[in-house]
Amino acid sequence: MSTSEEQARTAARLAGKLRQQKWQDLLFRYSTLGFALLVLALLGAIITSLLLGAYPALAEFGFGFFTSTEWNPVTNRYGAANAIYGTVVTSFIALLIGVPVSFGIAVFLTELCPAWLKRPLGTAVELLAGIPSIIYGMWGLFVFAPIFADYIQPALSKTIGQLPVVGVVFQGPAMGIGMLSAGIILAVMIIPFIASVMRDVFEVVPPVLKESAYGLGSTTWEVVRNIVLPYTKVGVIGGIMLGLGRALGETMAVTFVIGNAHRMSPSMFDPGNSIASTLANEFAEASKDLHVASLVSLGLVLFLITFVVLSLAKLLLLQLNKREGLKT
Amino acid sequence: MSMIYRRRLFINRLSLVMAMAAMAIGMMFLAWILYTLLSRGLGGLALSIFTQMTPPPGSEGGLANAIFGSLLMVGFATLIATPIGILAGVYLAEFGGRGWVGPTTRFINDILLSAPSIVIGLFIYTVYVANVKHFSGWAGTFALSLLAIPVVVRTTENMLRLVPASLREAAAALGAPQWKVTMSVALRAVQGGVITGILLALARISGETAPLLFTALNNQFWSTDMNAPMANLPVVIFQFAMSPFENWQSLAWAGALLITASVLGLNILARTIFAQQKN
Repeated sequence: MSTSEEQARTAARLAGKLRQQKWQDLLFRYSTLGFALLVLALLGAIITSLLLGAYPALAEFGFGFFTSTEWNPVTNRYGAANAIYGTVVTSFIALLIGVPVSFGIAVFLTELCPAWLKRPLGTAVELLAGIPSIIYGMWGLFVFAPIFADYIQPALSKTIGQLPVVGVVFQGPAMGIGMLSAGIILAVMIIPFIASVMRDVFEVVPPVLKESAYGLGSTTWEVVRNIVLPYTKVGVIGGIMLGLGRALGETMAVTFVIGNAHRMSPSMFDPGNSIASTLANEFAEASKDLHVASLVSLGLVLFLITFVVLSLAKLLLLQLNKREGLKT
Repeated sequence: MSMIYRRRLFINRLSLVMAMAAMAIGMMFLAWILYTLLSRGLGGLALSIFTQMTPPPGSEGGLANAIFGSLLMVGFATLIATPIGILAGVYLAEFGGRGWVGPTTRFINDILLSAPSIVIGLFIYTVYVANVKHFSGWAGTFALSLLAIPVVVRTTENMLRLVPASLREAAAALGAPQWKVTMSVALRAVQGGVITGILLALARISGETAPLLFTALNNQFWSTDMNAPMANLPVVIFQFAMSPFENWQSLAWAGALLITASVLGLNILARTIFAQQKN
């Protein structure tokens, strides 16, 4: 066998190997693409299936479904207003309480905390986020609600409850369960989420900026208020939206403490219902087709609301990252 | 000292005290919840929890069928979610920079990451349970795996992006095709991080209740049939905690302690593995 023949054979083998690898790479690329598209298709499938499932109810009640407060499986009439009201109100209470506390925690972790405590405290906050929501619900119902009814609710109705106009919000039977309790439990649940996003965005502020402000004689609070917050504004709002998204869709914790009554009351002491708690309570037992379809419509509404809120959160956080990229 | 200076110092001190108070509030809630779990759950935690079935009201029993059902469903869900999540994550990290597929998928994945879990249950109900006309262990498994996938995708992508370019280039220079560079070099280098992601996903789905309510439902008896309704810890805890029967409630607290301990344990394990990976 001559050398040139051998060389030609090696070249042919190499070319074959290269071709084979090219095919393998293409296969690799397209199969991973397939899995990525699968994730994408999942969203489409969720929306489509919910739309199809909701159609009978939406066709029957029309736009009135969203404004009617009637929810009666006996007469087979359904309206979503109560549940939407409960979802929005409890989430709003949760943000009202949760945002300042989360902000405080983030400021403490980034500006005040001694270095050796940073890791353990940060981990503790994240563990709070890891506790399953059903545990929050049980704790809320059996531990928090009795204390709330005995001490906090009477105190609230004796003070703020006596005021004209706004007083009605804090009046009613002190049962411990109800919209306010649900909002407070939700606040405890979303604090770790908002706090860890805020801590992360606070940490992207260039030290030079903060040091310059300190050098000019600013106090810690002035640095946070005038340097850190303006710089991270978008990220902070993104974090809050993320927390809101969580609060809107939270099921188990709310189901335990909201009281599960289909009504709309201005008093936060009264029991109510959220979209998620209605689903958790009624779906497995719903037998009438229209009842099921109405529940699916509620699910669709919940999904669309959280989708919008989470998209906004994501877009805001992306914007902050982009700016961070430019700043180097 | 001038008035203005004193006022500034006062505001500063006030806000820092508030920040400390906020931190204290957060820690208080964590401690309070853990204390509640321990004080109410430890009493009920006996060997019978693991050996006996869920009882009818008023008699003795355990949670064996629920623990078994949960392990089975969470296990299968992880088996389904891991390969899908890793491969989708690989696409995002390796090819997802250009075009529309990468950015869109990343965006949607992040939204699915925090989407309400009850809606995922609703989705599985409408596409699977309503068609086969019965609740089943498989339906619960599918719902849980849909919740686990986004977590795995996210961590896999983030981890692969940490691999230094020089490592990939070295492998490519030796003539390795891209799939080999990715799967046997890059992915291997960040193994620990990817495992962290799987453990975090596991931790997340172990405590999920809402998506199981109308997929797996519940079962009072020992059942290994994945095609039938299946007992699981979260739904049993929900049902027992909401009941007026004392023995059910104490079982619910024992179950709650068990589930929280395993979820927090998984979280800590994931963190430890990740810390080792970084070194």
